[in-house]
Amino acid sequence: MLKKHFRIVFDFEKPVVELEKKIIEMEEYARETGINLNDDLKRLTRKAEALRKEIYSKLTPWQRVQLARHPDRPYTLDYVKRIFTDFVELHGDRYYADDPAIVAGMAKLNGQPVVIVGHQKGRDVKENLYRNFGMPHPEGYRKALRVMKLGAKFGMPIFSFLDTPGAYPGIGAEERGQAEAIARNLFEMSHLPVPIVITVIGEGASGGALGIGVGDVILMLENCWYSVISPEGCAAILWRDNSKAPLAAEAMKLTAKDLYEMGVIDRIIKEPAGGAHWDPDGAAEILKGELIKEMERLQKLDPRELVNLRVEKFSKMGYWIEKNGKSTSKKEKKKK
Amino acid sequence: MGVDMDWFKKKKGISTSAEKKSLPDGLWIKCNKCGEIIYRSQLQARMNVCPKCDYHFRVSSKEYVQYLFDENSFQEFNAHIAPGDPLKFKDTKKYSDRLKAAQKKTGLLDAVITGEAAVTGYPVIGAVMDFNFIGGSMGSVVGEKIARAIDRAREQRKPLIIVSASGGARMMEAALSLMQLAKTSAKLSQLAEAKVPYISILLDPTTGGTTASFAMLGDIIIAEPGALVGFAGQRVIKQTIGQDLPEGFQTAEFVLEHGFIDLIVHRQEMRTTVGKILDLIWGQNNASEPTTETSAKS
Repeated sequence: MLKKHFRIVFDFEKPVVELEKKIIEMEEYARETGINLNDDLKRLTRKAEALRKEIYSKLTPWQRVQLARHPDRPYTLDYVKRIFTDFVELHGDRYYADDPAIVAGMAKLNGQPVVIVGHQKGRDVKENLYRNFGMPHPEGYRKALRVMKLGAKFGMPIFSFLDTPGAYPGIGAEERGQAEAIARNLFEMSHLPVPIVITVIGEGASGGALGIGVGDVILMLENCWYSVISPEGCAAILWRDNSKAPLAAEAMKLTAKDLYEMGVIDRIIKEPAGGAHWDPDGAAEILKGELIKEMERLQKLDPRELVNLRVEKFSKMGYWIEKNGKSTSKKEKKKK
Repeated sequence: MGVDMDWFKKKKGISTSAEKKSLPDGLWIKCNKCGEIIYRSQLQARMNVCPKCDYHFRVSSKEYVQYLFDENSFQEFNAHIAPGDPLKFKDTKKYSDRLKAAQKKTGLLDAVITGEAAVTGYPVIGAVMDFNFIGGSMGSVVGEKIARAIDRAREQRKPLIIVSASGGARMMEAALSLMQLAKTSAKLSQLAEAKVPYISILLDPTTGGTTASFAMLGDIIIAEPGALVGFAGQRVIKQTIGQDLPEGFQTAEFVLEHGFIDLIVHRQEMRTTVGKILDLIWGQNNASEPTTETSAKS
């Protein structure tokens, strides 16, 4: 499952990419000359696999952020294509416009009709201009809500995929109520009477991500980040220096593992060794299994119970100290 | 435990030593907008609104409680909920040190106070944010206290009033702060289902995650004149689009013009206006004790 082209190679990926290149060269050489290099090739391939596993098993938070932004990483439509069938994309918020930074539609998962919403980035400059780099305007959130309500009306489970550098900060976005659009989605998603399965597949930047991120279960691919602001934004405000983003990434505890420990997400979804961009089919295959499992589990719940559990789930999130509580007074003593 | 309640007994316009302590600049103050030099006690008697140009000065949560709610009606609850430092967050300073400094400066444990109160005789549940506490930012404590205030409004069937003055979600609690947007919005959906009214009042400034959650979800949304109300920060927008922002961008007047708030109300008229609104949407339930769904309402 080798990749022949690497548009961007991160520093930490270099050793393994070098090895991959060598393997490709040897394959070509073997083909041209007819010399049998199979044993060597097998050995090198195994070595590359091992190296990749090792490198990716101990990435820093900042390296994970970079991976989450990898231009070869599968986006929402890449997963939709591989996981669902019969996809019909639906456009427009019925108020103002169609926002290509969010895709929405209906499809089937394992034969069952469902609704899909998700942020959508572009692969190249042209496509990115069209998709606005996956940064939605208010009409994107309103389109998503319209289609989710359609799902609720006809009893279709909802699957939402998060991958955005943030809601777009622009004049038009403010004029048309970016904040209201996100707030409305949080409010409405918290009581739609059908299962909602959220998956963070890339970048989860703040309200722009959460705006389609309220659900019954929050899954997160292992090389993603999700937080209140981008590491660059955080660095610019708190350090007054964008270049401190790696430090900010560390401090914000934004990796899947951190968020699992904080109780913000429910499960971490494994990616193929080296990350989803090395093997999109493999990544989709793993995710598909998880999505089906969650759908079947949630469909067993009574809609009323489903909604109550959803509100309860978010109610528990956070960390505070009850000053009159026993355990807290102990803590206070310890501090002194 | 909790905040010092002495401010509460103070009469409007009478400057006490405690007040002087929080306003150390002397007897006179210059208006941020028109430059008028105003006698401080005169300004306070006018609820910190400039007598010349009506500029609304930023005020503390304690001051706003006096302006909005009936005299001596505010009884704080959940004053014991204090912030922690779940991420052991450190930028150029430790978050725990920032918290201590903010607590010392404001006399508050975090950026919101919640309580039972009354507006023109109507019992209400109130939450008032304080911009002086780390920019009024919403971390776990703000989210939790607002969530509990919403629960109480629903359980006691009292109208909810949230007064926002906030830069948005608090960075030092990262994803946990972000999740408070979802938490408060989810609670508000339960309040709406119970048909208990929620009035959202926006002070200067109300931006970011606060606007993108409870602040924009009021049945009625009221802003003070000239308040900054928006989602993204102006510097970020300027950088992104590479051009200057239009005059009056993201003011209360701008969001009213674009259809996102119901009305703009002068600080000195806020209590009577809120009272009038409550009279209209809640008047028939006025005398009701906490009721169950099945019991008849008077």
